Amino acid sequence: MRALTLLAALVITLLPATRSIAQEEEVVLGLSQNRVAINANFDGSEILIFGAVKRDSVPIHPQLDVIVTVAGPNEPLNVMRKERRAGIWVNTAQVTIRQAPSFYAVSTTGPLSHILTQTEDLRHRISIPRAIRSITSSDEVLDEDNFVNALIRLREKQGTYLLQEKAVRLDEQTLFNTRVALPSNLTEGVYRVDVYLLRGGNVITSYETSLRVGKVGLEQWLYDLSHEQAIAYALLAIFIAVISGWAASELFRMIRNQ
Amino acid sequence: MQVYLPIAEISVNVFLLLGLGGIVGVLSGMFGVGGGFLITPLLFFVGIPPAVAVATSANQIVASSVSGLFAHLKRKTVDMRMGGILQLGGLCGAAVGVALFNWLRQLGQVDLLVNLCYVVFLGAIGMLMFVESLNAIRRAGKPQTGKPRRKQRGWVQTWPLKMRFRTSGLYISVIPPILVGFSVGILSAVMGVGGGFIMVPAMIYILHMPTKVVIGTSLFQIIFVAAFTTFLHAVTFHTVDIALALFLLIGGVIGAQFGTRIGARMKAEQLRILLALLVLAVCGKLAFDLIARPNDLYSISDLN
Repeated sequence: MRALTLLAALVITLLPATRSIAQEEEVVLGLSQNRVAINANFDGSEILIFGAVKRDSVPIHPQLDVIVTVAGPNEPLNVMRKERRAGIWVNTAQVTIRQAPSFYAVSTTGPLSHILTQTEDLRHRISIPRAIRSITSSDEVLDEDNFVNALIRLREKQGTYLLQEKAVRLDEQTLFNTRVALPSNLTEGVYRVDVYLLRGGNVITSYETSLRVGKVGLEQWLYDLSHEQAIAYALLAIFIAVISGWAASELFRMIRNQ
Repeated sequence: MQVYLPIAEISVNVFLLLGLGGIVGVLSGMFGVGGGFLITPLLFFVGIPPAVAVATSANQIVASSVSGLFAHLKRKTVDMRMGGILQLGGLCGAAVGVALFNWLRQLGQVDLLVNLCYVVFLGAIGMLMFVESLNAIRRAGKPQTGKPRRKQRGWVQTWPLKMRFRTSGLYISVIPPILVGFSVGILSAVMGVGGGFIMVPAMIYILHMPTKVVIGTSLFQIIFVAAFTTFLHAVTFHTVDIALALFLLIGGVIGAQFGTRIGARMKAEQLRILLALLVLAVCGKLAFDLIARPNDLYSISDLN
């Protein structure tokens, strides 16, 4: 008990970002980094998300569960389906999704279907299918669900949608931590990190923080140049190409003449 | 060793890029094709977004073509005058082609049309070249019988505006080269390639230029088309990735030097049959993709 209060005190002094709502249990959260810097050597990254549950009384029953989600910026996209027409595979149907996270990871302490009820999932939009929103299609498409499932399947294969059940470690109903692997093909922007505490399938409290993913150094400079000084950038690209072509030719002539 | 590409927004192995650039560079130096029809699909395979792959391969083609061109200039196998006239036709053709492309895009299914275009043109050109060069190799193997054939003089020879092309050893009307340049310009704008693989056979079979001169002249011509394409893509879509281009072109310019040396040692008909086989292989792959059942019927496309 003394150790627990000591820990709580430690956590509070370390992390000022506590949410003070009149609830019995609160989340105190930390990230291993608040910023993911994309430089020339960037090859994916792993963030450690850790925290503690702050409470006045001893833990109550039923069992506490934790879900951590990391969501990249939303982006619009089309999901298309091919069909065979006159012997050739052609895109015949498409579904437009206005808001699909570019990255989405769900980490939990247990199987998602056991620790979260359908209603709560609908309310908080926690599971991967719930995070995909604003789905529109023409009247000819009768099975939008198949398109959404295909999107999830393709992105899971890419490593940009992750469902990691039992990946959150929870000690003494108080301390939790998990690791989320960010792939190298990250979209830039603000990533939202949400932590949900659950009891008996219901969300009892949640906490939200954010993580910035952005290019730095040369990567940032080149990207800005290509957008803001497009003509100069284009000429630079052509100039580099012509010079290196000429240089290689001269170099080989020198080698040959020796 | 991984490197993060700022525009493609993906991390890729450096040696893979150098290798890809090198292979395409060798082909470019050997055959005078830019290699766009080869490198763009290879970049898709690595995971580079299609728009970035198309724009950046144009940039790398500039480099490998310049590298190859200097080697050909020293060997005096570039017909500048012919190249200039083809270019003139090509620019007009490209303007018409861009308009055509936009019109087709409004009708939808432009990707399918481009793929069908590829299969039809690559297939037809590949087959023609293959049969022709096979016959040439067979003839060369047999002892010459009878008198050598007289040079064919078709009705093209009667056209006005004749001009002497010294390097190619031709004295013909400027109208056929302009028409060839024009049609290749249309096709390359619609199909999104430099058009070397169409231009090379057209110069050999329609304009009857010597194969060795064709390669240097085609490279000369491609530089301008590719540089113009790079410029347009960079200014309108911001999709040229200099970092990606740099690694590709380091491999490319070195490869092109080896390519021109290999090309110089080979017989013209051997070069033609190899190019024919390469063109047929790419055609076969594209046709297979259209007909075979895809691994996944669903695909994602960004709306940005």
